[in-house]
Amino acid sequence: MPETIAYKEALRLGIGRAMREDEDVFLFGLDVDDHLGIQGTTLGLKEEFGAKRVFGTPLSEDAMTGVAIGAAMAGMRPIHTHIRMDFLLLCMNQLVNIAAKAHYMFGGQVKVPMVARGIIGKSWGQGAQHSQGLHSLFMHIPGLRVVAPATPHDAMACMLAAVADDNPVVFVEHRLLYNRQGPVDASAAPSVIGKGRICGEGRDVTIVGISNMLHDALKAAALLKQAKISAEVIDPIWLSPLDIDLIVRSAEKTGRLIVADAAWTACGASAEIVAAVAERVPGTRVARIGFAPTPCPTTPSLEKAFYPDAVSICDAAMALVAPGAAAPPFAALADAMQQDPVFKGPF
Amino acid sequence: MTQEFETDLISRLYRKIRLVRRMEEVVAEIYPSDKIKSPVHLSIGQEAVSVAFCDPLRRQDVVSMTYRGHAAFLAKGGSPRGMMAELYGKQDGVAHGIAGSMHLVDMENGILGASAVVGTSIPVAVGYAMAIKMRGEDRVVVCFLGDGATEEGVFPESLNFAALHALPILFVCENNGLAIHSPLANRWAQPDLCRRVEGYGVEAHRFEDMNTLVLRAWAEERITAIREGKAAGPVFAECPTYRWLQHVGPTDDHDQDYRDRAEAARWRAADEVERLGAALPAETRAEIDAAVEQTVADAVAFAEASPFPQPGRLNVGAYA
Repeated sequence: MPETIAYKEALRLGIGRAMREDEDVFLFGLDVDDHLGIQGTTLGLKEEFGAKRVFGTPLSEDAMTGVAIGAAMAGMRPIHTHIRMDFLLLCMNQLVNIAAKAHYMFGGQVKVPMVARGIIGKSWGQGAQHSQGLHSLFMHIPGLRVVAPATPHDAMACMLAAVADDNPVVFVEHRLLYNRQGPVDASAAPSVIGKGRICGEGRDVTIVGISNMLHDALKAAALLKQAKISAEVIDPIWLSPLDIDLIVRSAEKTGRLIVADAAWTACGASAEIVAAVAERVPGTRVARIGFAPTPCPTTPSLEKAFYPDAVSICDAAMALVAPGAAAPPFAALADAMQQDPVFKGPF
Repeated sequence: MTQEFETDLISRLYRKIRLVRRMEEVVAEIYPSDKIKSPVHLSIGQEAVSVAFCDPLRRQDVVSMTYRGHAAFLAKGGSPRGMMAELYGKQDGVAHGIAGSMHLVDMENGILGASAVVGTSIPVAVGYAMAIKMRGEDRVVVCFLGDGATEEGVFPESLNFAALHALPILFVCENNGLAIHSPLANRWAQPDLCRRVEGYGVEAHRFEDMNTLVLRAWAEERITAIREGKAAGPVFAECPTYRWLQHVGPTDDHDQDYRDRAEAARWRAADEVERLGAALPAETRAEIDAAVEQTVADAVAFAEASPFPQPGRLNVGAYA
């Protein structure tokens, strides 16, 4: 029976189950074994599995990624945790030059079954270096998988799939998703790698919401009903491999596609999805929504302007579906809706 | 050490070092024909370090090597046929031609794949050693690296982590004094590498010259102690050596005058292939030489006869 739990608890559930099911799985990274347990996502795991399988590391992100790779080549299944996705930039050499290439470059002699967790920060002054959504950098690289679960169920199911997969998986989490509640069946099957989901059917426009933007997309779909616009919302879940067939089928039906990403648009996941659909469904009208093309500012007044939201998606949908028509007061309507879980620092 | 044992040991070491030397000399001979269409970083002149440190290892022990890795590959028991076919880009190479010279690999014989990005393989070797320790195995890892790799951030990061967890690994620095063409004087503020390494709590030893038997004896003692749990790893060895040829490619480049010809002459006069060979009875040496020639010729014939991978192979294996 599903229980309603928070995303962060679902992550812990997934990690714990993966470790219980396979003794080669271990969890490491700075502070995974401390009293706060990476916002609760690793709490209690050291007590259950012992310090040999759950341990903190020196910062050394570059070398620790190499250590994960070497252990994986020896048959282990490491989960390497970073409290912000920005720190994955320190791991790029190992992830891109070794992890992604090893199976191919070494003629199939080795596998690198590892998970690199990175959390996108947002709000409460995360600033330029604690807020980046860098998933498209990894989508660019053959040999890497990228997953960005947006619901508690998917957080658990994708963790199980990522750990069980024989390839390096970049696991994209979002700080604002951590307190989001949802039904989770602790015995549910692992996510099917490369399968997305239609979260709400519609006729007029397809909205793909990546990571936390899925929830803005769902909110936008609700708001758009006020304008008599029927939106189909898709959660891709996996960014590499991408369920492009699912998105193409939807775009064929609606003829319009918006991709809302928790990242910049240039060379981003939104650009890739839009391009892939344009190749297959000529004539599709498209829009991309993402961060403002600047580094993220810290002050709340500018931070608010940096991020797109449900209203940005509604505005884009109006422009695609009913250009020139009078729009309902989306901002006021959005304010009247139930507000998302908020994040308060300092972490 | 009995005379007989010593002769056996020297025969074995000579057989290996001679094989490495001749394989690479033949690679250099073939190279102008363009049958080997990939960069080769020859270890000619440096072979003794790999031969010495691999000799005490078991098949299931693991080495991690640099892109100048032919010596370690062959010394650890990698297949001459598989290596030559790999350099030719052929289907029967160790990695079906995908790896080439710079990414040689042979997991069956405990040879981790090499990387062309300097230093990158160091933490990977450390991770492998960590897995060995986590599983309570008695295997040992030897991680070869060059002097340039000690300048990469992962080197101190890896030393620290290996020391923190007392991992069963030997770091072996083949210090040939050059990063491509840049000498140590352009790169090191503090020339005492071992002092830096000791700062991380790692036992470090610098050899004064390159003597295969001396290196091997030191390596065997450390490897055995770590394997039997009588000493904790990691340990570090700095082995001075000399690259006879150019950084990449088959020829001598002393005519480019970026390094000292007298130094080259000194190192050539102290050639370990010759020293080990001269320590053997002439008859034994001749037998080994003949056998090595046969092995090398067989490897070349094998590589020549092997087909190129079919184009359909391109899309196989990006994901496991």
